[in-house]
Amino acid sequence: MAKRIGLATWQEITTGCVVFEPGSASEYHTGSWRAQRPIWDNVKCIKCGICYVFCPEGCVQQSEDGFFKANMDYCKGCGICAHECWPRAITIVEEK
Amino acid sequence: MAKRVGMEVAVAVAEAVGQCDIDMAAVYPITPQSHIAEHLSDLVADGKINAEFVTVESEHSAMSAVLGASGTGARVYTATSSQGLMLMHELLPIASGMRLPIVMGIANRAVSGPLNILNDHSDIMPQRDSGWISLFVENGQEAVDLSIQAFKIAEHKDVNLPVCVNIDGFQLTHMVEPLELPDQELVNKFLPPRVPYATLHPSKPVTMGAFAMSDYFTEMQKAKDEALKNSKKVILEVWDEWAKMFGRAYKPVETYKAEDAEIIMLTMGSMGETAEMAIDALRAKGVLAGLIKLRLWRPFPFEEIKAALRKAKKLIVTDRAVSFGGPGGPVFSEIKSALYSEAHRPAMYNYIIGLGGRDVTVKDFIGMFEKVIPYSVEKTVDTYEFWGVRES
Repeated sequence: MAKRIGLATWQEITTGCVVFEPGSASEYHTGSWRAQRPIWDNVKCIKCGICYVFCPEGCVQQSEDGFFKANMDYCKGCGICAHECWPRAITIVEEK
Repeated sequence: MAKRVGMEVAVAVAEAVGQCDIDMAAVYPITPQSHIAEHLSDLVADGKINAEFVTVESEHSAMSAVLGASGTGARVYTATSSQGLMLMHELLPIASGMRLPIVMGIANRAVSGPLNILNDHSDIMPQRDSGWISLFVENGQEAVDLSIQAFKIAEHKDVNLPVCVNIDGFQLTHMVEPLELPDQELVNKFLPPRVPYATLHPSKPVTMGAFAMSDYFTEMQKAKDEALKNSKKVILEVWDEWAKMFGRAYKPVETYKAEDAEIIMLTMGSMGETAEMAIDALRAKGVLAGLIKLRLWRPFPFEEIKAALRKAKKLIVTDRAVSFGGPGGPVFSEIKSALYSEAHRPAMYNYIIGLGGRDVTVKDFIGMFEKVIPYSVEKTVDTYEFWGVRES
C-alpha cells in the first residue's frame, strides 16, 4: 500500500493489499477518532504504570520524571486507563 | 505414461490433486465429498505424496487452515460440499480478497432444509459473489483435468485468485468411470512450482489481510473485480496449453449441435450428457434442437454465451437451484441479464430441475422442449417453473 492514506488508485494498490512495510500502521493516526481525552493528575499518581499496562493502543508512555502521558496521535479516548487507575489520578474529559 | 483406469471419480480427483505436488491439504469430510478427503489422506499417510494433511474440526477451520498455509506460499487444496461450503462461506471472500490461489473441489449437494444429501447446485449458487473462479465439470475425466488445471489458473501471476471445481455429488463423485490419469512428467511440465506474490515469513515480515477503511475499500473491491474479469484470458491460455499437451480441449461454453439450432437448452454440470441424448432424439424427429453447457460460471463468459445464442429463437435455461422470490433460477437471471442489451435475443424459459437429487431423464428433457415448441416467440413466458413438481 502507498505511504500516505487515501491516495493510491486501484491499479496502484498491491495484490491482495499486502503491506510490505513493517510498522506502517503507525502512519494511521487513530487519535482522530477521539471524543474524550485522559488527563493525568500527577499529585495523585503513584507511578505504578497500570495505565501503561492496560492501554489497548499502547500509546501511554512513561516520561523521564516517571509520570505517564498518552501519545495523542493514537489515543482513542477509550477511558480504560482511567477505569484501571486505582489512585484515581486519571479523569476523562470531553474533547472540545 | 498416462494411465487408463476405471476409478470412482472422487478417488480420481484425489489422485489428480496428488499429482499436483501440493504442500498441504485440509479437508473435512462431508457426504458426498468424503472419498476425496479419505483418499487424499491415504496418499499422504502412505507416503505417496510429500504433503501435510491437516485434520481440522470443521469446514470453517479447513478453509482457515488452507488460507494461512497459502499465505506462506504453499500449494494448498481443500474440498467440501453443501453445509460444509455454507460454513466456509464467511472465509471465501477473504481468500479472494487476499488473492490466495487456493483450489477447492466441491461435490455439489443440496443445502438443508429439509436435510438432503443428494445432488443439486444450491450450495455453490449462494457463493457466486465471493470472488472465486468457478468451474463446472460434466464427467469424471473433466473432474480430473480441471482439478489439475485449477492450480495453474489460480497461481498464474496475472490471476492470484482461488478456484473452485464443481463436481456433481453422487452423479459424478460416486460413479466409477473409465478415465485417464495424466502422465506425471507431463503434469510436472504443465504445472511448475508456485511462485507466490508474497509470503508470510519471519525473515521478511509482511501484513496480509489488513484493515481498510472507506478510503481504500472501494479500490480493493475494484482491483478484485478486475482481477476476476481478467482471469478469463489466462483460463483460455491454460485450456489451450492443456489441449496441446494432453489432447483434451475445454471451452467456457461447450456446445452440442447448437450451430444451426432454433431451440437451445442450457445445462450446467453432469446433466449435459443426458440432455445430449434428448437433443439426438429430437433431431431424429426433425426438431432443430441444440445444447449449450456452461463450464465457466465465474468469470461469466458473456461473449461466448452471446455467440452461441446468436441464431437461436428460443432458449430453455435449466437451473439446479432456486432463487426464492427472485426472477427465476440463478443461471436464468444471469443469462437474461447477459442478453438484455442484444438486439436479437431468444425468447427465454426457465425450468428448475433435479433438486435434491431428483432424477431428470432423457424423457424429461424432451418434455421441456415439447412444452416450449408451441409457444409463440413474441410472447415470452415470464415466469419460471419447477419441472415435475407434484400438483393437485
